[in-house]
Amino acid sequence: MSFITGVGLTSYGKHEGFSSLDLMSKAAALAIADAGLKRSDIDGILCGYSTVAPHIMLATVFAEHFGIRPAYAHAVQVGGATGLAMTMLAHHLVEAGVARHVLVVGGENRLTGQSRDASIVALAQVGHPEYEVPLGPTIPAYYGLVASRYMHEYGVRQEDLAEFAVLMRAHAATHPGAQFREPITVADVMASKPVALPLKLLDCCPVSDGGAAFVVSRERAGGTGVRVRGCAQAHTHQHVTAAPRLSELGAEIAISKAKAASGVAISDVRYAAVYDSFTITLAMLLEDLGLARRGEAAAQVRSGYFGRDGEMPLNTHGGLLSYGHCGVGGAMAHLVETHLQMTERAGKRQVRDASIALLHGDGGVLSSHVSMFLERVR
Amino acid sequence: MSNARADWTTGREAILYQFCAACGNVQYFRRGFCAACGGSDLVEKRATGEGRVYATSLVCRAATPETRAHVPYNIVLVETSEGFRMMAHGDNNLAIGDQVKARFTQFAGGLVPYFDKRR
Repeated sequence: MSFITGVGLTSYGKHEGFSSLDLMSKAAALAIADAGLKRSDIDGILCGYSTVAPHIMLATVFAEHFGIRPAYAHAVQVGGATGLAMTMLAHHLVEAGVARHVLVVGGENRLTGQSRDASIVALAQVGHPEYEVPLGPTIPAYYGLVASRYMHEYGVRQEDLAEFAVLMRAHAATHPGAQFREPITVADVMASKPVALPLKLLDCCPVSDGGAAFVVSRERAGGTGVRVRGCAQAHTHQHVTAAPRLSELGAEIAISKAKAASGVAISDVRYAAVYDSFTITLAMLLEDLGLARRGEAAAQVRSGYFGRDGEMPLNTHGGLLSYGHCGVGGAMAHLVETHLQMTERAGKRQVRDASIALLHGDGGVLSSHVSMFLERVR
Repeated sequence: MSNARADWTTGREAILYQFCAACGNVQYFRRGFCAACGGSDLVEKRATGEGRVYATSLVCRAATPETRAHVPYNIVLVETSEGFRMMAHGDNNLAIGDQVKARFTQFAGGLVPYFDKRR
């Protein structure tokens, strides 16, 4: 058994003068304090990567910087799925008795630490170095390709995708830490600058500075516990050229294995935290996970189903699309928000019932998937 | 397999792929073995350049000075008639399902395959 015993999250946006290690440290200190632990209680560290300051041993670089001598430490790299992949590993580590309290941390000064162009170039390298990168694609283009196909097969329109950007912005409006809080409309999304059609600027998450961390422990701390009920991964390809058909992508494989591992059904889920690097990512994943019927996710956004007061509140902090995306920390904010909701500490954003949550992360171009169910125990 | 690819990725006007004599798998990303069965009996073949558009994305925001000079450019995935999928450039007006034929063009200092609608 494992529990998420503490969470920490910085605001996302500009943190001028803060390094990746600074942002990781800030989030880590918050998470450890939230768990009611001392830094010396931490005996395991899992961290992600920083594109601004790459290092072959980031976990020990961080441990030394932060002042911890853990019994277990290394970095994990699965792109956008890194945060949940680390959580899954931490879950297994504490279950196996390898560590008692694993600190999971990610943070990067991706916005102010390099130019936006440098960031786009660095990220495009997830493409194939010989068969894709020479063609000048960008991450939005990889997802633009997927979007065009998905729209073609399921009759989804650009206006439908725009609904997800509007929803994430509406949620971010109530979170003081979000990078973008001004309300937007479908018309604003449609009129925003073309980036890699069918994706436009407001279909894309921003580049941010920020950090997020949590502690995964063998025993629960304090009153309400947040337990990892079960999780699973699936990896079908790396490059979009080698991706399987839409009906064979990894999200459906991961969720089906996670359901089997946890004994939880989609109908049990009360809160959803789903990776949203682009509007198409969110639309597809909601439908792949079974949170919406094929081609109907946008209609469910319009009906308020995924709103804070709806039946399935989704990314109530604003997601990558509006809270922001600082790399590994980006999707970790989804888990921090889920924890706050499950422990009824989300303030103005609090939903009625977050007793069972489904989290899903995606890395690469829908290449790597992690699905996870969390359960509140009192 | 140690010899250099003689295809567009090395500046030659050709699209090459590998056929596995053991299991019949075709693969586009060149390797010294078949990714489906692990066999090493691969035959290198030259594709006709014919296929059908699987997906498109018109890049309007590029990130380097060399690629920025070309915007907007259409990145396409094509299902080739030989049965593998490849990324390339294509005419800006291409739609999913269009029958296309490859030619080659210069892009950001290199040679790239470029698909036009087949008439």
